[in-house]
Amino acid sequence: MGSMKAAVIVFPGSNCDTDCFNVLKDVMRMDVSFVWHKERALPKVDLVILPGGFSYGDYLRTGAVARFSPAMESVIKHAGEGRLVLGICNGFQILLESGLLPGAMLRNESLSFVCEHVWLRVEETASVFTRNLKKGETICVPIAHGEGNYFCDDDTLKRLKDESRIAFRYASKSGQVTRDFNPNGSRENIAGIFNEKRNILGMMPHPERASEPVLGLDHGRKIFESLIGA
Amino acid sequence: MYKATINVTLKKSVLDPQGQTVLHALSTLGFKEAKDLRVGKFFELTVDEADKTRAEARIREMCDKLLINPVIEEYSLTMREEKAAR
Repeated sequence: MGSMKAAVIVFPGSNCDTDCFNVLKDVMRMDVSFVWHKERALPKVDLVILPGGFSYGDYLRTGAVARFSPAMESVIKHAGEGRLVLGICNGFQILLESGLLPGAMLRNESLSFVCEHVWLRVEETASVFTRNLKKGETICVPIAHGEGNYFCDDDTLKRLKDESRIAFRYASKSGQVTRDFNPNGSRENIAGIFNEKRNILGMMPHPERASEPVLGLDHGRKIFESLIGA
Repeated sequence: MYKATINVTLKKSVLDPQGQTVLHALSTLGFKEAKDLRVGKFFELTVDEADKTRAEARIREMCDKLLINPVIEEYSLTMREEKAAR
């Protein structure tokens, strides 16, 4: 433990950057630094976190402007070298806009911002992000978004399924995946996906808000524990 | 100079919950003839380029790179010549 180096990218409008920093540094004992979006050079790190928030005020489309910030050029290069990227909420939206992950986000089906605790069923554990979890187990993690309605075309969905790249689905506590437990209208209750090489994970729920008992929930911690020693 | 108007809508294959909500509201107001409604967005863009073909090529490049997300959106483009301000 403690050997992993991480960077949290900070965009104008990020608001979960400090939460991510806190979890990585104080809970997971990683060597973490903030990187301002205007910095083109990324320090040599194992893991990049794209945090939640409302980068560039969500103008145009969520993540659409952040994706062209100087730091993202380095993040794309970092990912291309097989190193790790975790995009949470707005970070997931940025990953979709940048093409590092397939699909796009639509407004929530309800047209409302949803802020609640949801249960996620773990769909795939063969990844450095999820290896400490059990396939089919459920974890409780908060969501807070207005545009988390994951969309992709049929071919992309088939690929995601055939290649077991769906990391999490919204579910009941007992692991039922039905419309009743879909908070935003996402296709097939998708809450998080991997890229082909599984060095990139994008997810709408916020594990960084559920990693310490003092916050009332620590199920998200298993994701960060999976990363230790990666 | 050319002024472009770019109309963006969600693709037909993509559910438009906003459009459905507005359509429902119209129906509630008694506009029963309203049958289909898509909510989109609109860009008005002026480009400093004298040649129409080149202007259109650049505008389409802007659409593909930033203005439109082709995964969920489609657009239509119209252009008209503008007198450059002196």
